Order: sequence, then C-alpha cells, then structure tokens
Amino acid sequence: MGFTIGALCVILLSVFIVQIGKARELASIVRNDPAEQDEINKFQAGLGLLFMVAFLLICVVSFVYYIPTSLGWGPNTAASQHGPEIDYLFNLTLFFCFIVFVLTHIALFWFTWKYRGRQGKVGLYWAHNETLEMVWMIIPSVVMAFLVIGGLQAWNKIMLDFPDNEGYTSVALPEAEKEYIEIEATGSQFLWYLRYPGRDGKIGTKYFTQINSSNQLGQTWTDEKNMDDFMVSELVLPVNKPVRVRITARDVLHNFYIRDMRVKMDAVPGMPTYFIFTPTVTTDSMRRRLSKEPQWQVPSKSDDAKQRWETYQYELACAELCGKGHYSMRNIVTIVEEDEYLDWMDKQEGGKLVEVVDSVTMDVSYSIEKGSVKSKYFSYFKTSDEFNPLTDKVSNFEKVVENKLIVSKYYNDIKEMRFAAEIDSEAFNMYESALNEMAPLLKAARLYQTSQVAASKKNAAKAKELYLSLTQKTEPVEEIIVPENTVTS
Amino acid sequence: MADINVLEKEAHLSDHGDHHDDHHGDKYQSSFVDRYVFSQDHKTIAKQFLITGMMWAVIGSAMSIIFRIQLGYPDADISWLQPLLGGWIQIDPLTGVGKLDPQFYYALVTMHGTILVFFVLTAGLSGTFSNLLIPLQCGARDMASPMLNMLSYWFFFLAGAVLFISLFLNTGPFSGGWTGYPPLSGLPQASDGSKAGATLWILSLVFFVVSVLLGGINYITTVINMRTKGMHMFRLPLTIWAFLVTAILGLLSFPVLASGFFMLTFDRVLGTSFFLNEIFVAGEALTTRVGGSAILYQHLFWFLGHPEVYIIILPAMGLVSEVLSVHSRKPIFGYKAMVFSILAIGVLSFLVWAHHMYMTGMNPFIANIFILFTLIIAVPSAVKVFNWIATIWGGNIRINSASLFSIGFVSMFISGGLTGIFLGNAAIDIQQHDTYFVVAHFHIVMGVAAFFGMFAGIYHWFPRLYGRFMNETLGKIHFWGTIVGAYAIFGPMHYLGMAGVPRRYYSFAGFDSFSEFASMNEFITIAAIVTFAFQILFVVNFFYSMYKGKKQTEMNPWKATSLEWTAPVDCGHGNWEGEIPQVHRWPYDFGRHGRDFIPQTEPLAEGEVDGGH
Repeated sequence: MGFTIGALCVILLSVFIVQIGKARELASIVRNDPAEQDEINKFQAGLGLLFMVAFLLICVVSFVYYIPTSLGWGPNTAASQHGPEIDYLFNLTLFFCFIVFVLTHIALFWFTWKYRGRQGKVGLYWAHNETLEMVWMIIPSVVMAFLVIGGLQAWNKIMLDFPDNEGYTSVALPEAEKEYIEIEATGSQFLWYLRYPGRDGKIGTKYFTQINSSNQLGQTWTDEKNMDDFMVSELVLPVNKPVRVRITARDVLHNFYIRDMRVKMDAVPGMPTYFIFTPTVTTDSMRRRLSKEPQWQVPSKSDDAKQRWETYQYELACAELCGKGHYSMRNIVTIVEEDEYLDWMDKQEGGKLVEVVDSVTMDVSYSIEKGSVKSKYFSYFKTSDEFNPLTDKVSNFEKVVENKLIVSKYYNDIKEMRFAAEIDSEAFNMYESALNEMAPLLKAARLYQTSQVAASKKNAAKAKELYLSLTQKTEPVEEIIVPENTVTS
Repeated sequence: MADINVLEKEAHLSDHGDHHDDHHGDKYQSSFVDRYVFSQDHKTIAKQFLITGMMWAVIGSAMSIIFRIQLGYPDADISWLQPLLGGWIQIDPLTGVGKLDPQFYYALVTMHGTILVFFVLTAGLSGTFSNLLIPLQCGARDMASPMLNMLSYWFFFLAGAVLFISLFLNTGPFSGGWTGYPPLSGLPQASDGSKAGATLWILSLVFFVVSVLLGGINYITTVINMRTKGMHMFRLPLTIWAFLVTAILGLLSFPVLASGFFMLTFDRVLGTSFFLNEIFVAGEALTTRVGGSAILYQHLFWFLGHPEVYIIILPAMGLVSEVLSVHSRKPIFGYKAMVFSILAIGVLSFLVWAHHMYMTGMNPFIANIFILFTLIIAVPSAVKVFNWIATIWGGNIRINSASLFSIGFVSMFISGGLTGIFLGNAAIDIQQHDTYFVVAHFHIVMGVAAFFGMFAGIYHWFPRLYGRFMNETLGKIHFWGTIVGAYAIFGPMHYLGMAGVPRRYYSFAGFDSFSEFASMNEFITIAAIVTFAFQILFVVNFFYSMYKGKKQTEMNPWKATSLEWTAPVDCGHGNWEGEIPQVHRWPYDFGRHGRDFIPQTEPLAEGEVDGGH
C-alpha cells in the first residue's frame, strides 16, 4: 500500500515537473526575447558559483568531521612499523591533491561565471599558448615524480621479503634482530585457517590432496615440521617482532586484510604469497589510545557493561570477493607483550600432554588449554597401525614438550613464590636469583628439537633440583600455594 | 542490399548532373524492418545503441538501488520487494521480515558492474556517438561497412539478451564480481552464481566483444579512409580523435579479454586448468586440476580492463571538448596538445594494467614499472583538464544543459582523477585496495564523469538525432540534481575508504572497525535513490522531447563549425543531398577575425593561415 502511494506521488511529482518544463519552454517561445539566454547564463553561472563554494566548504567540514576515522589521523594511525609510511604518503598526496582540487574548481566555476555569455559578445580567439602549456605539463610532472619516488621507496621497503625463510629456527625466542615469526593464513570459503609453526619455527608442508575433515589444511604427516604446528582461531602476536604471514588459499581467492596494521595481500590457491609486518601497538595500548576519544566512550555494542573502547579488537578480514559469505570472514588479532605471547605459546603447545605432565607432577590444579591440530597429529599416530618413520620422533617430541612443561611449571611456581615474598626482601632476592637461573633453562626447553630428549630431561631435572633446593631451604612466607605432593615427588 | 558507399562512388562516376537524391532515402530503407530494425543507416544505429544503452542504464542503476537499500537499511524489512525479486528475498518464517539473500546481493553487484561498464558506458556511449558523429563529422555518407555496423548493434543486442536471460536462472546470475576472477568464476561448485549464470555471463560478453570489434574496425576504417576532401587528420574535431583512439584501444584489448574468457570457459567446461591450481572446494580436492595460475587471468582481464576505462572516458572527453568549445564560443585550447594527450593516454593505457593487481600476489618488483606508468598517465590527463579550463577562460559561454554537463564532467574528472593518484601509488594501495576509496574513485572518474560526457552529448546532439530540442528546464534540473546527487553518493565513500572499509560487503555488522558508518550508509542510499529519480526525469524528458520537443528550425542551432550541422535536419540515409561538403579549415574557428564562428566548409581567405597549429 505504502509502495503504491509512494509510486503515485513520484509519478505525480514528475508529471508536475514536466509540465513546468513544458510551460517554461512555451513561454520562452512566445516571448521570443534574445536577451533571455543572458538571464539564464547569469542564473546558472551563479548557481555554479554557489555550488562551488558549498561543495568546497562541505569537503573541508566533512573532512574535519571524519578525522577520527581517517587513516593517519587520530585513532586510525597505523599500529605497525611500516604503517605510518603509508599514512604519511597518503596524507602527502592528499595535501597536493587538495590544492589542485580547490584551485581547479575555483577556476572552473569562477571562469564560468566571469565569462558567461552576453548578447552580442564574441569569444576570444585564443587557441594555444606554448609557454602556458609547458608550465602545466611540467608542474604535474614534477609533483608526480616526487610522489612516485616516495611511493617506490616505501613500496620496495615494505614488500621486501626475508632472504631465506627456511634457514631460520627458534621463532619462539627471537635473538638476532632479523628474526621473525612466520605464521600461515589459509583462506577458505568462508573462514581463515590460522597456523603457527610451533617450537621449530617452521611451518610444515601441506598438500591439497591430503585435505579431509580431520586435516583441514592437508598437512603431510610424514613431515617432521608439522609435528608441532598448531592452529588457532585468534591470532596472537608479540609486539615489536616482525611477522611474516604466509598467505595461501584453499579454494578461491581471498585477501588477508588487517586494517590497523596496514596489511593486505591476496590469498591465491596454489601460490603462496606473503606479507611482512611488525605490530607496534598492543591491543591494550590501542584501547588506551581509544579511551581518550569521545566517540569511543560510549557503551559497547557487544557488551553493555563495558565502554566501546574496552571491547576494541584488531580484526582480520577478507578483502577479495570469495562468494556469498565474503563479508563474514572475521578473526580477532591480539597483539600482546612478548612475555604474554610466550606464555600463550606454551599453552598452545600443551595440547594433549597436559595429562602426561599431570601424572608426572601429580599436580591436579595445573591446567593448560589444548592446541587443536597437535592433538589430531598425535591421535593420528596413536591410532594408526601403519609403520611410520616418524613414530619414534613423535614420542620423543612428546617427551621434550613434557619436560618443557615441567620446567615451565617450576619456573612459574618460583615466580609465584617471589610475588608472595615481596615483603621479605631477602627471600625475594633469593627467588629472584633462582628465577634468573631458571630463565635460560626455560628458554632452552622451549627450543629443544625432537632428538634432544636426554638434554631436555636434564633440563627438567635441573629445574626440579633448583626448585626443591629453594623450597627446602626457605620457610614458606605466609601462604604459598605449593601442593605438598609436588615437593615430595 | 546496396551499399551506400558504392552508390556514392557511382554517383561520382556519373558526374554531377541531376543525380540528386537517387542514393538518398534509398531502396533498402523501403520497409519498416529495414528502416527501423535492421537499419544500416549509422544514425539509426546510433539511436538503437543509445536507447538500448539507456534501457540498460535504468536496469543497472535500479539494481544498485536495491543493494544500496541493503547497505543503508540492513535491518529493514524488504518483503515488499518480493513481487519483483521473488525467492531472492528470504522471509524469516517467524518474524515475517524479508532480507536480501547475500548470494543475490553479490549477483546484483556483479550485474550492476557488467551492465554499466560494458552495456552502458561502452556500447551506449561510444557506440552511440561514434556511429552518429564519425560519418557526419568526417564527411562520409555512412560507415565504411554499414552491414558490419548493423551487425555490431545486433551482437550487442544479443549480448544484452543473453545477460538478461541469465537474470532469471534458478541458480541466479553470475555473482563473482564484474571482473569475474577465477577460481570463483571457474568453479561451478564454488558459488551458485558460477553455475549457469557464469556461462551465460561469459557468452554474453563474448558476443559483446564481437560487437565492439565489428564496430571498432568500422570506426577506424571510416576515419582513416572516408574523410571528405580537405579533412586532414588535424582538421578532425576532437570527438573523432577520441573515437578513433577508443576504437584502436578496443580493437587491441578486447580480443585479449576474449582469449581470457575462452580459457575460462575451457576451465569450466572442458576440464582444463589454465587458471586453477591446488584447489579443494566443496569437500573435494580437484586432483587433476593443477598447474594453472589465477593471476594469469587477472593479467588478461586487466590488459583489457584498463584500456577499457579509457575506452569509456575518451569518448566522453571528446564530446566534452567539442561541446565546451562550441558553447564557450572559443576554440578548444591547445588542440594539438589535446590530440597528443589522447594519443599518449591511448598508448599509456596499455602499460598500466597491473596497477589493479598490486595486492594480488603479483611479484612486487613488477609493480615498480606500473607505478611509474600509472603516475605518468596523470600528466596528459592533467593537461587535458587545464586545457578545458583554459577553453572556458575568455569565452562567451552559452549555458545550457549540454555545457553545464560538460563543466560538470570537468569537475568530476578532476575529483575522480585526483584520487587515482593515491591508488596508483602501490604503497598507498596496500591500504586502499578494495576499499570504498576505490569505489568512490572509479565511480566518479569513469562512471559519473562518463555519464556527464554522455549527457552533454545527448543534450547537444539531440537535435541532430531527432530534429527537436530536449526541454532545457528539465535538463537543468537534471544537471543540478545529478551533480549534487552524485557527489552526495560518492563523496562520503572516500571517508569510508579512509577508514579502511572494504568494498563488496553485504553487511558490516560483524566487524567493529567497519560498522560505525550506519548513518553515512543510510545517507548514501537516500542520495542514490534521489539521484536515480533525477535520471528517470531525464528519460522522461528524452522520450517526451523526441515527440513533443521544440522543433529544430535552423540547420545549425548551436552555431557550430563542424560538418554534422551542414546536413539537413531530417537527412535520410546518405546524410547530404548532393555533394559531400568540402573542408577548408580546422573545426574550432570561433571568435576569429571578430566573427562568432567560421564553419569548416568556408574556404580560407587570401593569406589566412589555418588555425590549430
């Protein structure tokens, strides 16, 4: 009904406008006044001036209004190392373009007004002027050259790949300056598979023919590098460490896009691409940044108890049309401090081994979240009857991780004791020095390869020794939560 | 069927005498069908292109209104659209709320792009005005081959018919974007739209390529071979230069698109894998489909795709140059610079295609070359803009719908061209690629600007087409409504792009970063509906004026210099009665020697130097 009324209104309105047009035309024919065109010229050129002024004003005002969301301004400044370069180039180009935009628009509409037609006047015969033409060819050329050089420099710096992504190890514990974390993102209709390389820092091989319901990426289980890989639904990355994302696709094109990081690259089936970026702002600091902005101090959509800035997340999106669910490929990206990242990595690695560790330490209060793929990996070998050259390595790997978990448990226990001992400076110092001793042990334990079971066992033993020596020598300050059975085991 | 050009030769062979009209209003225009349907008269074919293009423009724009409603009012109940869209509106059985199906949203986006780019702005614009103006402004009785010319239109019609049929398929029309990137377009199992819809889409565009090639060969041949006596290349109006270069671009680039489409069809039908590699889709690994490259298609597509945007904008530039000059009563400023910038744009347009592909996984090193050429192409474009402004300077501008639209064109071309400088720079494109910034950029610079050129052309040459004028009052209302409306639609999209909002999103609700622009999206949708209404006003004006408009009483109503106004108002096939007029001077002698204008047919006075050099 409303539709019909609306349609009728539109029809009546257009009939009305057409009648006006017709009437004006007839009137003009009847009047037959040669000066009429002059009037029209004046009115229309005046409208042009009005339009020009309003248009330019609206451009400026709206730009100021949208500064809070515009790149390089306010909260939407890049949160990665290369990002500010992009923002700077954008705004530099904006500066030049805005000048040209304003000047040409003023010229266009001002000249239309100034040289509007008048009865009996003749236009100027001015066909060309070589000097002038050279000037307005050279000026854009120079500005363009300036922008091209800036753009090329930035582009080649940003897109520069690492020399050899296979030669690097120990991604979890970066030492050298050039070390980076390599992760893998695989686009699929309509979700992202996000894979971490695990302790060896190497992403295991995969092949599309191996894909099945329990192996969504088609990882080849005979590849040792796959042993410690794990998949997540939320990207967690440390701040200020270079990340190389290996971007692949399973079915059609996708695009790996993190707005705040200024990261964007297509995912192409059968052709891995990459993007390297270094996050510089943690999710927490980003939230703090946003908390100062009035438009973020409103209740959050997802959680009424919180303000909008408190629920802010970096988001991974798809930016290449991939089918009807294209708009829904969202994953959260969390940037954390490095310590937090390593703890998170430990938890991911925990996987199925939690039970094993539990039986070793007999500590029931200990719990670790499971890493999903690795569980599948192990269950594959545990249920498979086939002979596999990697079976031994799997059990070795289990042992290595098990030992690491022991070290990290003792490390965390001492850490807790140190916190509790804060009032007693002597005990505090003692725990502190023990922690310093433990740190390299933990670091090593996070790195040990599958073959180094013995070394990792030694590590675990050392950690235990250190822990026991501490707990036996010192009186527990206040209430330290150390389960008895752990001490006596 | 007799060939008009052969008749012309015969007429010349028989020498003057009283041969006046025997090739005119000729034998093969005797029946209704020959006269209005399978006509070989370039003027009739131009009208056919124009009206078909307008029909497609209305359909394509109406589609954009539907998906704008989804974007502007994502929560609204649109079950009232069900009579039109049927099953594409999903009605929630519990609440009774109707929603647009996401699959159909993407189909609409795809169809909107395909229709507007190819059917409206290529066929409707270049097809119309190349056909109308090339013979008339060059001084030819018709195209070199009127028969091929007729076929060109009918292949276009066929292309349209096939695409139209695809709208009614059970699985829906193609929905993989107007660029049709494989593997999405190559795998029927990847999307409903990639089933029969994609087959018909490809078929339609292959017919379209045939149409463009038939037309293009004709345009080139006519301009090169059939200019009247005295019509040197540098006496051609800029329209003809633009059409010539457009046709050459089309001739060189469309076959590449066709080859890409053939490979895509082989991939779809014959089990080849030109563009497929290591794909697992719909629960199945395509083990035999390896070794192809999805990037290859993109190279083939954009090798057409980029010249295509110049195929769209060059004719508009030509029309605007002509209209601006005629109504400013001033020669176009820097005629030769304009010609050379058209040529430069033509050549460079073949060297910039991969700037659409910076972020598609193409080797980043290759991008360097394309950054360079892309920003170089800004220079001839800038020269053209300055020359248009200089053309207005010192003029005696007659402001009517045609000249308003050409001024609007310059404004649009500036606004949209400048944002191209951002996107051409690959480093900035990392962030801006496939965001609304791109949508704003190309809609303004080749969508709206080309439409403005087309409108300028229609208002200017309407008397030449129908012997009547379009209503000026409605024309001016149309202009102001359109320029304000178009900026209101696409201006705000720049801010969406600067906030990083990606294009081709059915809904932004899932993302915190993108969902804060609900009110802006609503505003854009309202602006789009209002602007669409103004276009309907234009269509009404067009058909009303065709029958009831003010009659053209003088042969040269705009006091233009070029040849099309030397033919009688109601000239039949063959254009001129008697001899074809000869040309003695360049087409922009306005205001020379204190005279308002000197037609091209007037011989140079003693010692007078031809202009434009």
